[in-house]
Amino acid sequence: MKRRKFDVAAVPAKTAGAVDDRFQVATPLRKLLNKVFPDHWSFLLGEIALFSFVVLLMTGVFLTFFYEPAMTEVVYNGSYAPLRGTPMSAAYASSLDLSFDVRGGLIMRQMHHWAALLFMAAIVVHMLRVFFTGAFRKPRETNWIIGSLLFWVGFLAGFTGYSLPDDGLSGTGLRIASGIMLSIPVIGSWLTSSIFGGEFPGEIIISRFFIAHVLLIPGLLVALISAHLGLVFKQKHTQWPGPGRTNENVVGERMFPRYALKQGGFFMVVFGVIALMGGLFQINPIWYFGPYEAWVVSAASQPDWYVMFLDGSTRLMPAWQINIPIGDGYVIPPLFWPTVVLPGILVGLSTMYPFVEARRLKDYKHHNLLQRPRDVPARTAVGAMAVAFYVVLTLSGGNDVIADKFHISLNAMTWAGRVGLLVVPPLAYYVAYRLCLGLQQHDREVLAHGVETGIIKRLPDGRFVEVHQPLTAADGHDGHAPALDYVGWVVPKKMNRLGALGPAIRGFFYPIERPAEAPVSPGHPPVEPRPEREEIGSGESRR
Amino acid sequence: MSTHTEHQAPQGREPLDVNDPRLSRFEIMQEGARRDDIEIVHYEPQVVPGTKAERRLTRLVASMFLLTGLAATAFLVIYIWWPWKWEAGRGGDKYYTPLLGLTLGLALLGIGFGILTWGKKLLPKEVSIQDRHDQPGSPEDRKITGETMLFLADEMGVRRRPLLGISLLAGLAPVGAVAAAPLVGGLISNPHKNNQMFTTGFAPAEGKRIRLVREDGRPIRPADVSAGGQLTVFPGIEEGVSNKHADSPTLLIHLREDDAQASREANSRVGHGDYMWGNYAAFSKICTHAGCPASLYEQQTNRLLCPCHQSQFLITDNARPVFGPASRRLPQLPIEVDEEGFFVAKSDYTETIGPDFWERP
Ligand code: FES
Repeated sequence: MKRRKFDVAAVPAKTAGAVDDRFQVATPLRKLLNKVFPDHWSFLLGEIALFSFVVLLMTGVFLTFFYEPAMTEVVYNGSYAPLRGTPMSAAYASSLDLSFDVRGGLIMRQMHHWAALLFMAAIVVHMLRVFFTGAFRKPRETNWIIGSLLFWVGFLAGFTGYSLPDDGLSGTGLRIASGIMLSIPVIGSWLTSSIFGGEFPGEIIISRFFIAHVLLIPGLLVALISAHLGLVFKQKHTQWPGPGRTNENVVGERMFPRYALKQGGFFMVVFGVIALMGGLFQINPIWYFGPYEAWVVSAASQPDWYVMFLDGSTRLMPAWQINIPIGDGYVIPPLFWPTVVLPGILVGLSTMYPFVEARRLKDYKHHNLLQRPRDVPARTAVGAMAVAFYVVLTLSGGNDVIADKFHISLNAMTWAGRVGLLVVPPLAYYVAYRLCLGLQQHDREVLAHGVETGIIKRLPDGRFVEVHQPLTAADGHDGHAPALDYVGWVVPKKMNRLGALGPAIRGFFYPIERPAEAPVSPGHPPVEPRPEREEIGSGESRR
Repeated sequence: MSTHTEHQAPQGREPLDVNDPRLSRFEIMQEGARRDDIEIVHYEPQVVPGTKAERRLTRLVASMFLLTGLAATAFLVIYIWWPWKWEAGRGGDKYYTPLLGLTLGLALLGIGFGILTWGKKLLPKEVSIQDRHDQPGSPEDRKITGETMLFLADEMGVRRRPLLGISLLAGLAPVGAVAAAPLVGGLISNPHKNNQMFTTGFAPAEGKRIRLVREDGRPIRPADVSAGGQLTVFPGIEEGVSNKHADSPTLLIHLREDDAQASREANSRVGHGDYMWGNYAAFSKICTHAGCPASLYEQQTNRLLCPCHQSQFLITDNARPVFGPASRRLPQLPIEVDEEGFFVAKSDYTETIGPDFWERP
């Protein structure tokens, strides 16, 4: 019998056939490979958060191999000489060992911390993007809620992680957290005592935080992130308005290969940046702070940046204590308002915003097209107001450092914060609103009269006028170009955007030989077959 | 150069016969996309095979990957052979972590930018349009689903046999509580056990007054604190200095004559007439705001500043809060000197230490 020749070329088809026989995946797989993703640089913000989360998981696993979540007292005897012989908790000692006696432990610790900061920052910026472009509108309200929950769960993850090393700084944070819990009316002391297992600090808080930090919270984060991504996948991305883009379609690239490659490359870049930061920029040098002792603290004890706004609100709060003269008397301490009530309000307001806006505008339609911030001045202004509020609080969280570095009275800084908190947000609202209107006005002006050319003409009667280049050809009957409709998309405002002038010549080391012809607008998807033109950017002309 | 540009309404289009041998692979792929309601409207290679441009891009991508290899190797070499143990002074070990970061970062960035360049510059550009299909199901479908659900409910017969439903609810509610009980029951801890929230390490034990001691446990004589000076003191009991007694750290202040006079007057106004001993006063160091140690003492103004939220307490006025968010004065420890000449606490604090809470009397 003749041996059949082994046909290498047929292997993929055969394997694919065999797999499909069993799992019936050919069609779904094709659909997946072909799924279309719109592209815009700002969509990367959410991905930065996602990628930093992956780095967090990876470095976190490493850290758990060496960290010991125990508050038993030990005497440090590791390599870091200045602390040798100091009694401290096992948690702090193992954190020091992680930094000094585990090969590569310090870079892992620092990468973990930087990744956490990046994670939170990316979430915030991503949320701003979603907010200002109206991407949270129906049908994406659920994802907006999940997103804002992600911020708060991330906040908890950060806080529990920050407390684990049990160094001077993290102990102070814990102490304040216990004070915050205590301030809750009626149940405060029960809550604190139950969480700390007795009076502060007790003996079990670190192991409890450890379980929360490595198991419960990451589990919750993974679940929320999966739901978030699942919904993004199901509902597909939003997209900017533009030629060919409607509410009913998605214009972009198929997932494979370019989109997926770009994602993969981008993940590596984020990972690389975190590695660089983790190696080059010191963060949370716990060995300087010493073990936590209830009686030591230093000035400039600041939390991580995403907690600073609550620190700020606490600093700005006046000493208003509410006494309730019943029986022995009860109190609501001033700490309750800025640290429990305010975050509560913030969570409520931010999660409910899509519904508030839909109600206010009576807008219950599906929206898959983004809005430019200028086109929705009210929302943009509200957003600016919120950002201003947040910024004032965050700055106030470091007001002692500002006072110290700029030689300002500390009390003046506090008062500036108090006044600023009331004055700056409304001001931001007003300015943002006006800016939006101004930008709208300018867009419409260009659509009606054309782009400013910078060419000044003197009329026979002596007047000077600037020549405008209309965006369309004159339509004949009165020699004027007809005004164009605004479609919610970038209006070209410079002559080189119209192709009248070439774009700036690119190239840093290699000058580009020939200035290329201008595209109509960046990000313009060439939906119609466009005329053949020179390639830009390769540094040489091909034809 | 092949530029496939085609636009065709997806609807009402005859599906192509993919077995037609004349079809190119691209066309079959395009047909697949169409069946998923995706129209590839523009597909254009960015570089022409064999040109200088292509070769340059290829070299660029390749060099990035090679950079990755180099950096990763350097990482490994440094990781293994660089002196990494911490040593006093400025040794090479101080560069261990930065070097690791640099090499690891470069390695990862090399792959990252390599892949990005590959994807962005070498692969063809395309524009595809996919239909969204996010219209809800037809009213008819919705109705069918709704009716199906109601039918199932009817089948269960709960509406006809209400007892079943009620008993099920009545049975399940406690089961839910059972699930929660161990968690709540195990965690809950009575805050008022042993009166722990209202006592500190200075509570006299068996009628014996507790000494004020330093961090290292040595007791203190009045002469140990000079006028205008201050000292953090702890209860002279076992573990009095440790975090077990996190609410006990106390600031012992030796006031100057005038300040002491003012202080005494202020004290007697609130019934703390005999809390000071001579010109010495002792106040809890635990801020009544959120519990940080309020430890920045300004001699000139007699103000104690808490670095956490900048509450300021005026020591000469019973440590009354004069600025910032704290609303309650720092509790004062009544002190005196025992027969051997050491400072002791006359009694425990008479007010609650630390952050405020609801039921503080
Ligand atoms: S803890 Fe002292 S001011 Fe807040």
